[in-house]
Formats: sequence, structure tokens, C-alpha cells
Amino acid sequence: MLKARIIPCLDVKDGRVVKGINFVDLMDAGDPVESARAYDAAGADELCFLDITASHEKRGILIDVVKRTADCCFMPVTVGGGVKQIEDIRELLLAGADKVAMNTAAVKDPQFVRQAAEKFGSQCIVVAIDAKRVSKPDQALRWEIFTHGGRQQTGIDAIEFAKKVTALGAGELLLTSMDRDGTKIGFDLDLTRNISDAVKIPVIASGGVGTLDHLVEGITQGHASAVLAASIFHFGEYSISEAKFHMAAAGIPMRLLS
Amino acid sequence: MKVAIVDYGSGNLRSAVKSFERAAYETGSDAEIVLTSQVDVVKMADRIVLPGVGAFADCRQGLQKIDGMWSAIDDAVSGSGRPFLGICVGMQLMAERGHEHGVTPGFGWIKGDVKALKPADKNLKIPHMGWNTLNPCKSHPILDNITLGDNGLHAYFVHSYQLVPLDHEDVLAETDYGGRVIAAVAKDNMVGTQFHPEKSQELGLRLIGNFLSWSM
Repeated sequence: MLKARIIPCLDVKDGRVVKGINFVDLMDAGDPVESARAYDAAGADELCFLDITASHEKRGILIDVVKRTADCCFMPVTVGGGVKQIEDIRELLLAGADKVAMNTAAVKDPQFVRQAAEKFGSQCIVVAIDAKRVSKPDQALRWEIFTHGGRQQTGIDAIEFAKKVTALGAGELLLTSMDRDGTKIGFDLDLTRNISDAVKIPVIASGGVGTLDHLVEGITQGHASAVLAASIFHFGEYSISEAKFHMAAAGIPMRLLS
Repeated sequence: MKVAIVDYGSGNLRSAVKSFERAAYETGSDAEIVLTSQVDVVKMADRIVLPGVGAFADCRQGLQKIDGMWSAIDDAVSGSGRPFLGICVGMQLMAERGHEHGVTPGFGWIKGDVKALKPADKNLKIPHMGWNTLNPCKSHPILDNITLGDNGLHAYFVHSYQLVPLDHEDVLAETDYGGRVIAAVAKDNMVGTQFHPEKSQELGLRLIGNFLSWSM
């Protein structure tokens, strides 16, 4: 039986983890490769690097991080951030990324998704959707796509956009609720469920995880195929293993390490 | 012993190379792992690994773009009987035909076609993406020391199509995704895995190690 996935996400800036993980004795908690290795050993199902380096000139540093990670981690790795053109995707895949997440570039030009999927295959094209609730409490639910870290409203309906990029060849969606990101009050389950039910491809729920029950809800109520979290794992509040046993106890099929 | 991993522009091969190097190291194998797009290297190799991601037709096209590569692999594997491991679309290419974006011929080593996954449960997502367990259909040295079954180790899958062998004898292992899905095939000197051993942590490294030490 296919298992639900837990995906820790590391924010990387200039080749360093923005908030280092501290659940194991790392020599250098700021080194993304060491963090990746620790998560690999801890039984994470996949790993996500999100590059938030502002300048494109420093791209080489990220590429080096991805290369060194591929040298020691035999698990799937998704890399996102700053992907603007086909060449960026090729570079990341050659360095060792298994999937590449695109965000602004897909919003600006959805045909970029089609080009990328045709070139490299849908299996490695993840579209990252940052959505924010725009409907008033008494209105029908509606979410819109936001870019630039949630500051720029696009007017694009999130569900329609999800369907569109799926039709264009995306292999997976990384769905972040900008309302919930960093709040630790749980996923926007309405958003997650509405998008998951609208598309045939797997959806990764992201934004708002504060407890292990939130991870459970993402799968059972949000209908997501995978859950992504950062801080609850990085700061040692919970281990990957604890999270998996908690989800398994709630009846979700999980890959448990013996 | 020289192991050639065929590079024909299909996706990321760095992790494939690294996982073979690691498995060789862990099993004390003297295997030399070579990533190559040269026909001569493939012709001389003792073992051949064919990875592949993306669409069936694109992978065939990629192989055929290298002058002589298709027949070099065919000769080495079905002619000379050298050990072969196909991964993902590299496994699917072992079939007679693929039905993704039109009908495309494969190597035809395994009788059967590569068809779209159609899980009985319509709510199941396509691609079949993530970790799943394996149910063996026959015993094979490549599965040695790997705990299989519902409580066994997991393999990492990402695919929307599957190779369905005409002869069930060719099926090595199945997985369950809204019904039985072919996870691996084996026939004579050939093995193919639909999942990615290079991404499957413990199960993957063991399987690769077994491939390196497999003697027929």
C-alpha cells in the first residue's frame, strides 16, 4: 500500500540553512547537507530545499549544496526557489535534484510548466502554489495565488490555477497557505481539500503545522498525499519517527523504520 | 568488473552513480562504475544499467540519438547475455511496446506492453508517487536479504505507466496501488525495476549490491 509522506523543508540562503536544525548533534547545524543527512537517517520520506537567496549570481552555491546532498542521501530531493527558465531546471536536475519546484515563473507564464514537463517529464515538475483566502466569512470560499512571499496579489483563482497547471503537465503540487504559514495553528484544510479533490496529481500540504495532529488532519481532512513541515522538526519539538508513529496510530499508512 | 550506467540525457544520473558506488563499497565489490554515453564503453562493459525518466518515446529517442547505442545494448544484453538492470523507464523499455504518446517499440526482451496505470479506485492519484512495499512473485538473487511483503522495506515509485508482461513468469515483484501493479521484472540475465533503487534508501542499496554480485 502506498504510504503518506512526511517532507521536512529546509530554507537555504547563500548555502546555509536559515534556521539550523537541532535535533541531533550536528557538527555544523547551518550546513544544509548535514541537515539533509540527519533527516535521511531519521527516516524522512523526502526532503525539500527552498532556496531564498536573493541574488542569481550566487546560484552556484545552491548547486553545490544539491550536489553534495545527492552524494550522501539516497532519498528523493525537491529543490525550489528562483527557478525562472528551463536552464535552471536542467542545472538542478544534473546536480542531483529529483524534482524541481517552480512558483512565480509558473504564475507569470503557465506554458513554462508545459515546456518543463515536456522536456524533463512530469515526474520532476512540482508547481508551488502560494494561496491566500480572499473570500469574506459570509461568502463562498475563494483563494487567490499570491507571489513575492505573499505580498503580491495576482487575482488568479487558486483552484482554477491548480487545475490548469495539472493539465499542462505538473506532476505534483506544493500547496502553501499564506494565511497559515508560520502560525502553527494547522493547515488551511478547506484549501487543501478543495485543491486535492480538484486535481488528479498528488498534493503536498504546507503552511501552519504546529502539532502532530495537524499532520494527521492534512491527510485525513485535507486529502493531501504528503505533508511538509519545517519548524516542528528543525527545533526538535518532534522527531520524524514520532510524527510517523502518531500518524500511523491515527490510521494513516506510513513507512515506519524498523 | 566494469558497470556501465548509460547516459543518454535522461534526467539526473548523479544519484544513480553515487548509489552504485556506495553499494559497491558496502558489499566490498571491486566494481568500477562508469557513467557513459559512449557505445564502445557499453560494448565492453560487464554489466549494464539503463536508467530512465520521462516518457517512453523520449527515452527511446534519446538512446537512438547516440549512433549505435540501441543495438549495442541489445547485442550485449539479449545477444551476449550480460547482466542488465533497467530502472523506471529503463525497465519499461524492455517491453515490446510503449503506449505513451502513441505506440513506440521497445527492446522486446519481455513480451508485453507498457500501459497507463488504471487503479480500480478512481480517487487514487496519478502518478503513483511515493513509498510502497513489494510482494515477490518468485525468488531471485537480486532480492536476497531484503525483507519483502506488507511489513517489509519500502521502494520509491514515481510512474503513470507500467510494464505488463504477457508471461507471468517474467514478473519478479508486484506492489499494490488500487490493484496489482508490476514493480519488477526478471528474465534470464535481465532485471528491471519500476521503482527507483537509487532513491530507495536501504532496500535500494541492497538491491544494487545484489545486482553487482549477481552471478548466473
